[in-house]
Amino acid sequence: MGLSHFAIANALPDAAVVAICDTSRYVLSMLRKHTGVQTYTDVGEMIREAGLDCLFVATPTSTHFECARTALEHDLHLFVEKPLTLSPAQSEQLASLAAQRKRINMVGFHNRFIATFREARRLVRGGALGEITAVNGSAFGPVVLKERGSTWRSRKAEGGGCLHDYACHVVDLLNFLLGKPQRVLSGQMRSIYSRDVEDAVSAVIDYGHAKAQVETNWSDDTVRKMTTTVSVKGDRGELLVDRQELRIDLLSGPHGAYPPGRTTRHITDLQEPVPFYLRGEEYSAQVYSFFDAIRSGTLEHENSFASACDTDRVLDSIARASDATRSAS
Amino acid sequence: MDRVLFGDNQFFGVNHMSEEKARQQLLRFKDAASIIEVLDQAYDLGIRTFMCTTHDRIGEICDHMRANRTRYRDFIYYPCMPYAHKYANSVSQVGLFETLQKYATGGTVSTVVRGAIGALTQDVVALMKLLVDAEMKRFEGLATPVIFVQNVVTDLLLGLKFTSVFAQFGRYVKERYGAEPGFITMNLPMLLPTLKAAEVENPIVCANINKIGFRMCGGIESYREALRTHRCRAIAMSVLGSGAIAPAEAIEWVCRFEGVQSIVFGASSEKNIRNTRDLIAQHWGPLQQTAS
Repeated sequence: MGLSHFAIANALPDAAVVAICDTSRYVLSMLRKHTGVQTYTDVGEMIREAGLDCLFVATPTSTHFECARTALEHDLHLFVEKPLTLSPAQSEQLASLAAQRKRINMVGFHNRFIATFREARRLVRGGALGEITAVNGSAFGPVVLKERGSTWRSRKAEGGGCLHDYACHVVDLLNFLLGKPQRVLSGQMRSIYSRDVEDAVSAVIDYGHAKAQVETNWSDDTVRKMTTTVSVKGDRGELLVDRQELRIDLLSGPHGAYPPGRTTRHITDLQEPVPFYLRGEEYSAQVYSFFDAIRSGTLEHENSFASACDTDRVLDSIARASDATRSAS
Repeated sequence: MDRVLFGDNQFFGVNHMSEEKARQQLLRFKDAASIIEVLDQAYDLGIRTFMCTTHDRIGEICDHMRANRTRYRDFIYYPCMPYAHKYANSVSQVGLFETLQKYATGGTVSTVVRGAIGALTQDVVALMKLLVDAEMKRFEGLATPVIFVQNVVTDLLLGLKFTSVFAQFGRYVKERYGAEPGFITMNLPMLLPTLKAAEVENPIVCANINKIGFRMCGGIESYREALRTHRCRAIAMSVLGSGAIAPAEAIEWVCRFEGVQSIVFGASSEKNIRNTRDLIAQHWGPLQQTAS
């Protein structure tokens, strides 16, 4: 993620990546030599010395809190990869520090910048489906397909595991569509290949006006890459949405420009273009919206730390519910 | 360079419009035989250049072509490397360094060799050469007159402004494989001046060029301007906007787009291959594919 943010941020004419901090001397020497950035192995030193306006944190999740706190204490605007931290208390502390310092604070839940999901949100919140009766969010992908893993993603203490890698995206997307989550009704985490982390997570979340089922598995090789899907059923219709397609069935009359019956819309006609494309419009759109917020000084932007805290609290509750079920059995 | 090229997204579950369709295709093309059947149809319709990602399954297809040289006498590959998901999944599982070592050496090396490789990978150019060689192994003995860098790598390097690699890649594929370098990009107006500055002359580039401007960063007009002002050989891809534009309308538009020399398209049935070929022929004349 770090290199991808680097390229996206650096591609715009009015932004430049000036310094980078990493633990790998190999990566640092390569980047210093070929891109001319200043390189550091100590984030505090970089923050103090490099003359930065903002910082992107794309390190193992267990290190987010310290990096982010130091950056905010030095009044930097901050973009942190998802999830914000591994502890709701730490996430809340960062959210209040950012608000107090009036710094732009964004978390990389990139699904919120995918036009199909944005349109789904508009429809759900606009009442197109009537009263919501059932919601299902899922993410499947082929990340871990054998026992051995040697990066931080296979270590629980550093923030590895399907909960913080896959389930967090689904939970955040459900929050985006449905609003503030009230509580977690159940949670199960299980290992398929991994020793130290879970490979699959399922949960039920209560949103007050609706309950949502979460199903995620990062050891699924029936898909080529991570595939995230949400279905929402209401008493007036239902929709099915992924990053490419939105399908809505309206049962009892039109909604805005949507006629009764089935309408399918695609990313090709919904997504706004971005000035530089690397891996998907959403990755560029989130970085550029972070820059826009810095320019305009607005703290009212997508994916704030406060909104990421909602997601972190749900993840924590899922883990607790899973532990409780396991010890009960 | 041929004017009509055959692409491979349909074979590997890549569909920019529908996950469902992508999945269906992934299931349909689960074995090499089903891919070869469609390649045969394209070849028999006169489309002999296959622009293909260096996906694991390409190896089996190459084996088939080598075993049937007479049947595929004029068959040409344009390898596009790397197959990014293979690397991305490996990077998240074993880390960047291990991944580079694994793929640069074919994964079967002793610890001692690993150490030597480790030292070698400090040098980006040496590393690039190792990775190109690893990807090119499966094409041995087959015609590969153009070797492409996939857009995820081209555009990553473009964003990082790590652009000296473009010329080094070009020199290496010329010297080692007698091939021309090609660059796939989603940011053509940004890439062309960069390649010029990096002294890659008259480059072969491949970019989305379609009537709805889908994934044409900077917009249709800036693509027009870039192609008008830079000497290059441009291949248009995603000409149907992933299916969002009616074929006849899409092909007419792209065939009239100044600076487009070739079109790459993918299809899974003989009927669709024939239709697209014939639509292009309506504007560019009947298929008379000539080697570069």
